[in-house]
Amino acid sequence: MSTDATLSFEEAMEKYDPVLGFEVHVELNTRTKMFSSAPNVFGDEPNTNVNEVDLGMPGVLPVVNRVAIESSIKIGLALNCKIAESCTFARKQYFYPDTPKNFQTSQYEDPIAYDGYLDIELADGTIFRVEIERAHMEEDAGKLTHMGGAAGRIQGADFSLVDYNRSGVPLVEIVTKPIEGAGSRAPELAKAYVAAVREIVKNLGVSDAKMERGNVRCDANVSLRPHGRERFGIRSETKNVNSLRAVEHAVRYEIQRHAAVLDAGNPVIQETRHWHEDTRTTTSGRPKSDADDYRYFPEPDLVPIVASREWVEELRATLPEPPAARRKRLQADWGYSDLEFRDVVNAGVMDEIEETIAAGASASVARKWWMGEIVGRAKNADVDPGQLGVQPATIVELNRMVEDGKINNKMATEVLDGVLAGEGTPAEIVEKRGLAVVSDDGPLLEAIDAALAAQPDVADKIRAGKLQAIGAIVGGVMKATRGQADAGRVKELILAKLGVEG
Amino acid sequence: MTDTNELIRLSAAQLAAKLAAREVTSVEVTQAYLDRIAAVDGGERGVNAFLHVNTEEALAVAAEVDAIRAAGGAAAEELHELAGVPIAVKDLIVTIGQPTTAGSRILEGWHSPYDATVVKRLRAAKMPILGKTNLDEFAMGSSTEHSAYGPTRNPWDLDRIPGGSGGGSAAAVAAFEAPLALGTDTGGSIRQPGAVTGTVGVKPTYGGVSRYGAIAMASSLDQIGPVSRTVLDSALLHQVIGGHDPFDSTSLPDPLADLVAAARVGNVEGMRIGIIKELHGEGYQAGVENRFNESLELLKQAGADIVEVSCPNFQYALGAYYLIMPSEASSNLAKFDGVRYGLRVLPEDGPMTIERVMGATRAAGFGDEVKRRIILGTYALSAGYYDAYYGSAQKVRTLVQRDFEAAFAQADVLISPTAPTTAFKLGEKLNDPLAMYLNDVATIPANLAGVPGLTLPGGLADEDGLPVGIQLLAPAREDARLYRVGAVLESLLEAQWGGPLLDQAPPLVETLVDAKEAK
Repeated sequence: MSTDATLSFEEAMEKYDPVLGFEVHVELNTRTKMFSSAPNVFGDEPNTNVNEVDLGMPGVLPVVNRVAIESSIKIGLALNCKIAESCTFARKQYFYPDTPKNFQTSQYEDPIAYDGYLDIELADGTIFRVEIERAHMEEDAGKLTHMGGAAGRIQGADFSLVDYNRSGVPLVEIVTKPIEGAGSRAPELAKAYVAAVREIVKNLGVSDAKMERGNVRCDANVSLRPHGRERFGIRSETKNVNSLRAVEHAVRYEIQRHAAVLDAGNPVIQETRHWHEDTRTTTSGRPKSDADDYRYFPEPDLVPIVASREWVEELRATLPEPPAARRKRLQADWGYSDLEFRDVVNAGVMDEIEETIAAGASASVARKWWMGEIVGRAKNADVDPGQLGVQPATIVELNRMVEDGKINNKMATEVLDGVLAGEGTPAEIVEKRGLAVVSDDGPLLEAIDAALAAQPDVADKIRAGKLQAIGAIVGGVMKATRGQADAGRVKELILAKLGVEG
Repeated sequence: MTDTNELIRLSAAQLAAKLAAREVTSVEVTQAYLDRIAAVDGGERGVNAFLHVNTEEALAVAAEVDAIRAAGGAAAEELHELAGVPIAVKDLIVTIGQPTTAGSRILEGWHSPYDATVVKRLRAAKMPILGKTNLDEFAMGSSTEHSAYGPTRNPWDLDRIPGGSGGGSAAAVAAFEAPLALGTDTGGSIRQPGAVTGTVGVKPTYGGVSRYGAIAMASSLDQIGPVSRTVLDSALLHQVIGGHDPFDSTSLPDPLADLVAAARVGNVEGMRIGIIKELHGEGYQAGVENRFNESLELLKQAGADIVEVSCPNFQYALGAYYLIMPSEASSNLAKFDGVRYGLRVLPEDGPMTIERVMGATRAAGFGDEVKRRIILGTYALSAGYYDAYYGSAQKVRTLVQRDFEAAFAQADVLISPTAPTTAFKLGEKLNDPLAMYLNDVATIPANLAGVPGLTLPGGLADEDGLPVGIQLLAPAREDARLYRVGAVLESLLEAQWGGPLLDQAPPLVETLVDAKEAK
């Protein structure tokens, strides 16, 4: 894998102005597929969720899934789009074995939703408006697995297997207009935009919205132009960037790479790029020109979809509260300060905190765990916090153990590490690791005696009423018990021993 | 029991009556047809109407119907009118339990895992399926010579073509190898074979019969329809296969009209019948023109009001058709790539990439006419050409529809010869695609506009003694008018001939025997 030259992000920003564009594919969670009655289910045995339509057998015809249309209209409305009164499907033609008919049935000239926008809140509270060009319906392709080559790539593979379970799964592709003016905040905006789209489709209930499963997939277009120039530079399209952090990184990397290419006096090549999470770089895919000839023509097997205004209004009435309103409500419910809440949003754990509270934790406990513990671990592991796999119930259980005095906070973080390492439930880990607060006062009293004897001057101060000095003795006891003592109980016992009122 | 030779010459309606009256069993009828197929279809100079004969299943269905009838009671009463009447199915329509080839090497040996909707309806009516009939590969042709499995011969003259693409279905019915058959009509593939074999065929209104399970050539033009020896028989079969199907998005939601009743109305008094100025005269064989004029005269005598209408844009219809049809076909045939089913050919040398396997498969699996149309269609849809070709053709299509609208403002039904000539000789036009395409000049406008059309025998041409077809056209969803006018014209003509036109066809068995002895 060749390594492309890059400029530092700061230098790139000094010289160039980035223009972004996104194509986000959202897999709908309809019961059946876009054009067939086969089940739309993830993760089953290959080629089991298929019928003659999905396999492109001779003689088959497509029938549009009504629920998929409803979901698409809902997405369009949530993106502040206009909804087409009548729209059609077209055939996008290319030969590839993951596409059983050797054409993809997609919308082309007249998408179901168009001309929308999304207001994106950046980390410092700035609102940035992203214009939406269109949201159109199409069918997903099957999944190819390349066998025998290196790292599952087609290059060097001996053969490829194809699973058509995903073939025909309904997709909505959301395409932005060119996004100008983000400047050095382009990577941040990229992440925030995709996060916002993901949040919308999740709240609408129209998609499972799991990026790690490919329910939401992002193609990120990046181009640079010298400051002050109006004409766009040549863009690259980084395909299938499948986590929020990766979106941010990929945009940042492409900006740096383009800047180096332009600095060397070379033209940027218009092409697709593949994102590599391991190296956080992109590599060249296939050349892509605007003149790729897909021989689009209207799908003659389908009639136009007519979305009556009554139907659209009915659907609009079913929309959940918009994300901004939801945030306002959640912040009020949880009693977080503006700063606290913004940190939660920027860390991408708002949904997780909501779920944790729903599972029985208080708002402050949920925030303490997610912001204080999990976000940092996710950062270290280089994944989105939600992808660490922490279940709300785990947090509730850990917190209950602390409240019941079974373990202390320090132990609880150790148990969390054990859960993340897959060692079992919190209770099992406490048992296995022998982590329990020492509640038998015998060993504690011994340790207290030793600590008092070791620091007689401190003991005198406490006796004299200087209670703040007690910390030194408590520390000594905790050290002696390797942290397994309940600090509160230790304090009580010290005071009792010295005959001082607490 | 009726004599076998008489049995196979009965119409479907007559057979249905005899079966209901238990004068004959379905097994007897089915076996009689199977025997006839064995006698006339195979061999060097056989008709070759069938690509597959479905003996076992057909007899099993026949026996089931006989058992139900014999047992009597509610089950017997609930039997469909055509239960036990055998039928042949064009091999473009998929069937469980029998191969479906589309007349192509690329599907040789392929068995469909599902039944076409029309086949499900035949099964529901308990009609024994005799087998699958020959066709031009993927229904592309007007002579059945483009079948990968050899041409079908015209029962009127075994050296002549039976029309196409549905030459197998038309010849099977004309040669008394089946009383009924299913065809498909994209530009005339039911009607033109009907004309040159002296049989009846109907292209229903687009959307009137489900296309689910008919291997698509041009989706916006294709339509499945009945093939038979009488107008009433086509109405009976149309009634079985027609009506809404949720598996076909282009299927009309309207309930099917009573077509059989229409075929039994028996008068055309006061109906306005429009001669299409552009669809007769120059370019039409004199004998065809003569029979056409006779039919007009008969209808006039029966009280119809004969008017002349003009459809000036029909002159562009053939050109538009040969852009739209190949465009859609090039897309519909993309799925035949050797990946999931059918033929797979590996390249002889060089890297074994998917592109090269697809290429080798398609190069070996498709015949020349199919390749010609795929290339034409791919070109017409290419960026930079789309507007000039596909786009312009769609505009012509709209103009043709407007011509029909204007014509139907003046006439209830339109009339023309079905084909400009009688059956030509096998091989005569094989190397001249444009001459071959001209056969469909009178049938194509109906496909472009989606209106229904019917062909019925109009007599024999003076020059060659071969059948001439008369075409009737009606507004969309008014298929019933075709059956009403068609049945009246048929009875007037048969009164003149003293019986069905097919009675004048050469006795095939003797012809075949003679040919054998002459060797």
